[in-house]
Order: sequence, then C-alpha cells, then structure tokens
Amino acid sequence: MELTIIRGGTLVDPATGTNGLYNVYISGERIASIRPFESDTIDPSPGLTIIEAKGRFVLPGLIDVHTHLREPGYEYKETIQSGAMAGAAGGFTTVLCMANTKPVNDCEAVTRQIIEKAGKAVVNVLPIGALSHGMKGERLTEMHELKSAGCVAISDDGMPVANAGLMRTALEYAGGVNLTVISHAETPELASNGVMNEGAVSTRMGLAGIPNAAEDAMAARDIQLAELTGARLHVAHVSTAGAVALIRSAKGRGAKNITAEATPHHLTLDHEAVGGYNTNAKMNPPLRSMKDVQALRAGIADGTIDCIATDHAPHSTIEKDVEFDKAANGVIGLETAFSLIYGLVLQGAFELDKAIAAMTINPAMAFGLAKGTLRVGSIADITIVNPSRTWTVSPATLKSKSKNTPFIGKELKAVVEKTIVNGKIVYDNPE
Amino acid sequence: MRLNRKDILGIEDLSVEELETILSTAESFKEVSTREIKKVPTLRGKTIINLFYEASTRTRTSFEIAAKRMSADAVNISVSTSSVVKGETLKDTAKNLEAMKPDCIVIRHSSSGAPHGIAGYVGCSVINAGDGNHEHPSQALLDMLTVREHKKSLAGLKLAIIGDVKHSRVARSNIYGFTKLGASVVVCGPATMLPPGIEALGCKATVNVEDALRDADVVMMLRIQLERSKGADFPNAREYSRLYGLDDVKLRKAKKDVLILHPGPMNRGVEISAEVADGPYSLILDQVTNGVAVRMALFYLLLGTSREDAPKAI
Repeated sequence: MELTIIRGGTLVDPATGTNGLYNVYISGERIASIRPFESDTIDPSPGLTIIEAKGRFVLPGLIDVHTHLREPGYEYKETIQSGAMAGAAGGFTTVLCMANTKPVNDCEAVTRQIIEKAGKAVVNVLPIGALSHGMKGERLTEMHELKSAGCVAISDDGMPVANAGLMRTALEYAGGVNLTVISHAETPELASNGVMNEGAVSTRMGLAGIPNAAEDAMAARDIQLAELTGARLHVAHVSTAGAVALIRSAKGRGAKNITAEATPHHLTLDHEAVGGYNTNAKMNPPLRSMKDVQALRAGIADGTIDCIATDHAPHSTIEKDVEFDKAANGVIGLETAFSLIYGLVLQGAFELDKAIAAMTINPAMAFGLAKGTLRVGSIADITIVNPSRTWTVSPATLKSKSKNTPFIGKELKAVVEKTIVNGKIVYDNPE
Repeated sequence: MRLNRKDILGIEDLSVEELETILSTAESFKEVSTREIKKVPTLRGKTIINLFYEASTRTRTSFEIAAKRMSADAVNISVSTSSVVKGETLKDTAKNLEAMKPDCIVIRHSSSGAPHGIAGYVGCSVINAGDGNHEHPSQALLDMLTVREHKKSLAGLKLAIIGDVKHSRVARSNIYGFTKLGASVVVCGPATMLPPGIEALGCKATVNVEDALRDADVVMMLRIQLERSKGADFPNAREYSRLYGLDDVKLRKAKKDVLILHPGPMNRGVEISAEVADGPYSLILDQVTNGVAVRMALFYLLLGTSREDAPKAI
C-alpha cells in the first residue's frame, strides 16, 4: 500500500485536542498513524512520498455546510465541478450544496443527478434536499427518499419557511429520518422589500432596509420549534447580535439539538461595505452593524456559533452589474474563507482552535458526517495551509465561475497549499 | 469657471465652496429667462441627454429648457419609448448613449444609486435628476437658491421638512445642503416615515409637528404618496392631513416671515391646504422658476469653458 507522510507541520485537530508538530501518515485513503515530529524517525523506503509541511498548518479537511453550486439549472454561474474546484482551492474537502437549483432538489431524481455529478468532482459534494416541494413552503418533501438518494440535510434556504405549522411538521418529520433541518431565519413581512441592513447606512443611501428583528423573530420561532420537537435544527448564516443571544440562551438551557453557523463575510464586514452601491456586498441576510459583527465573533469564541460556513453564492455579471436594488443576493466565499478567518484569528477575534473546530469537527457533528478529524483510521481528507504566505484576491485566479466577492483586490494572509481528499492531492499550490 | 468634477450625483459630496459657486452662478443665469430672446450661446454644440426612467413633468421640462436656453442640443428619452422595455440593462443603455458622444447625461431613476452606476460606465458628465429615495441634488439647489433670495443667507435659519422623509430624496438632499450652508434642519412626520438614523445626516427628527414648526424660518412640505397608505405607512389621507397637513392654524407656530416650499406635485388638501399653497408665504412657483436657473448653472459649470482643470473620467 502506498504510504505518504506529511512531515513536520503543525497539526491542529480540535476533535482530538491536538495542536503541535506531528508527522501524519497516510496509507491509501486513510490516516495510518500520527507521530510526534521530534521523536519520529522516518525510514526512506520505496513507494514512500514525503510532503514537507514545516511552517504549515496541517488540518482536517475543511467542511462547508452551506454552498450554492447552481447545478442543475444555473450552470452559467457555477457547476458542481467548478464549485468543487473552488472548494478545493479554499481548502474544503467536503461541501454541502443547497437545494435552490432549477429544478429544485426536492425529489430523488434531482438528488441522484447531483450525486452522479458529485462523483466526478474533486471534493466531496453532499446535497441538501428541499424542505418543501419547489421550496414553495406548502408541502413537505419525501425526506426519507431524499436521504436514501444521498441528501444529508433538509432546507428551503433562500426562502424562509413562513408557515410555522409547516416548519414544526418538517422538524418532526426530519427528526424521524435523522436529518438536520437548516433554517434560513427571516420573517418575510419584516424583510419586506429590503435590500440591505436597516440603519443609518440604508437611510443615507436611500435603500430599503431589513431590520435585525426580521432574523431575530424567525430564529426565536425556530428555536422554540426545535425545543418543542427535539429535532436537530441548524440556523444558517446568523447575522444579528439578537440571534446570537437567542441561540446562546437556548444552549444555556440545555438544547443540544440546536447548532448555528456564521459566514466569513458577516464576521468580517459591516454594512458600510455596501457604500458606493457595491452589489458585491449585497447578500441575504445583509451585512449588519459592527455591533452585530462583534457579537458574531464572540459567538464563535464561546462556541455559541458552532460552524463557519461560506454561503458561497455565485452570480454572474448579468445579475450583479445592475442597479443595487435589482441585483441578486449573494457572494462567493469558498476561496477566501480560510484566509479571512485566519485574519480574524490574527486580530484576536477568537482562538485558532475555535476557528478550525468551526470549519471541521463541528460541522461534521452538526450533520452527522464521519469527517472533520485526523484521528487514526479516519478518511484522509486533509488541508495544508501556509500561514505566512499572502495572496491577492483577483478575478483572474479565482476558480469559481463567478467573481462576485467584495474582497476583490484585497491582500489576504494564509495560502492553501494542498488539499487532499481520500488520500489524494486534488489541489496543489506550492510556494 | 468650472467645477472640478465630472458629475453631480448628490449634495452629500459637494463642498460648501461648490454649493456657493453653483448658487451664485444660478443667480447670474436667472436674468436670461427674463429676456425677450431667452438664449445664450454658451453651450452651443454640446449635447445633453435627459434619460428619465420615472415619470416627471417638472424636472424633465426644467432640464430641457435649461439646456436649450444655453443653446445646447437636448434629447429626451423616457422609459416607455426606449429599448428599456426590450430588457436592455442600464449599463448597456448608458454605453450605447455614450457611443453617440453626448456631453452630459441627466438621469432620473427609481433605483437609488443608478446615477452612480452610470457615472462609472460613461466618460461624459452625469447629473442625478433624482434616484430612488436617495438624492435629488438639483431640487435642493433650487430650494436653497429660492430661500437665499429671500433671506440673503441660509446661516442660522431653521428649516422644517415635513412629510414622508423615509421615501424622500428631496429631504435627504436638502438636509445636506441647508446644513452645509449653516441652517439647522428638523424633519417631521409619523414615525413610519422617519427612517432610522436620519439624524446622522445632520438634522433633528420629531413626530411632533408643532415642535418642528416652532420658530421655523422655512417650511418644506413633502408630497405624500397616497398609494403608500396601502403599505400601512399611514392609515389614510384624512388622519395624515389632520396631524401633519400644513394649514393656517399650524403655520402660526412658525416665524411671521416664514417661507413655504413644496417640491411638487402637490396634493392640495392633504399635505398642504390650498390657502397655504396659494398664500403670501408660498414660494412654490419661485422654486420652479429657479429650477431652470440652477440647471443652467449645473450645465455651465460641468460643460462650459475650458476643460484643462477638470479631471478625466473616473
């Protein structure tokens, strides 16, 4: 069996509490052994590949539980293949893709089509099935069939489930088939025709605002329903201080079935980024105030927010190079995620281990995936990052088919140098 | 003379000096409109396109007359007659118009920020003739000119802006303009019409119309869009009129020599009584007259004389 050794890197594996210099042995598809670097002597032998990782972070392959890969239906924005490449370039070895494709992933046939394409993608692509048929918020999908076909979670993401009764039923039913329900927490009547955060900036720019209460009210409802049903609820793209407080309080009273995520852009930018009517800073939920940004960071730091997820939402210039209020919501995020989060670690927003946990073991646990750790015997999904290299975000080098990011032109710290899936290098970017 | 800028997109980014320059230039152009032959050759050979994506009588006509009195060639495009209905994007429309080599595009659009987009796409000058709920700089300039004619200076004056501030680009531009020239501004309306953080623009805000009117030197009534009552911003025109409609009784709170402005078109009997609209303090028609002078000044200061000190296209 082929043996690969990743030598002398800083292994950070929050699942096992590891943070130090180790040699990681990969045999075939799996982790064969983890040995302290200092005391380990490697006997060169035929068939042995050594990856030098001095000065690098060696991490469990990153997991992104929130992406939009646009296939089927919107292949001009992204395909499963291009999205997976973008994921690999961002150090992600597993990405979950949302159901708002065309047709919507609301039945076995669509799921099977996605799974077939996913088989040819460079990273693990796991589909999320719709909660309601056509994401219309009316009739439950066949969740058991979706799961059998390969869906790993349930969500109408992009469309809030306005009907509380339907959400209750969905949680109960999904709980019965052991699938986590992801809530896009937004009260439609409060979000109304808003196109950015409601506040001094929206007032100055003359744009319709979305108040924090639109998210807080729906997050409160869904937390109540999760506590009522005992089913697993995952709150997507938390953007408000209020929602962080609601989740913290639910966890404080022992609700172990509730998890949540925040995006790198909500953790990094506030609503001032919309200035100049920058449609690449338009997304839903919108960028909020600095007070909300600080609350999200504190949520990562104390574990209230379990996961960092990108909400990678590719759009072409057709949807973005238009009037601000007519522009589509969403930004790409796979390729900038780790660097942005590492930048926040350097600023002291939260500890590195917390950040890595939020991108590895926590998302794995939230969705019951046997991933997110480099424990001996686990699948060799590994990300190697050079924290001392910098790079500049440029449309020319982004792997995603779409370039809609507010970070174009920004110089970021930390470069993903190798992404390894099932023991094979799928992305290589040496110094 | 010339402004050292390509575009006029809002009052927010104009300096006090620029505002003074525009207003004094407008004053000097007023006289042209009183001549028997109302035309100066200043902008002969210049082409100005009025691109209006929203219905407008007053503003579009005013820009057109201003261009013609400066001897520029004015072309009017309104949304219903253009290829916009065929689904062309704003960017493509702007690029195509630019290919015909105009010197200035005047744009009115229902989307806040649309003129900023166009200004980035084209090399010619762009004047914002009203974008969404954002700004309406030429309206604020004509309001300032009108008040200045009667009060000499805006410094120290109290301006009360009453009505649907949330959806008013006129309010935003006037808050910036009047405060930059030393006036204090209070905005007033039902809480549903006062957007969050409006004070950050430099004004005070109140739901109490008497507080707003007390000792006001200038009162600006905003048009109430009656269709908004469907969105429940207010229950109906009768209640609105009782609380916020300007009539002789409410007006007694203001200073004796108060000036009344309204950007038009008026809903008589809703936000303003006929007596006040037609009364001795009303400057509503002066505003319209001054609108032409202000727009002549904007064209002159953007397109006139030499280009050497002007920056290249952004």
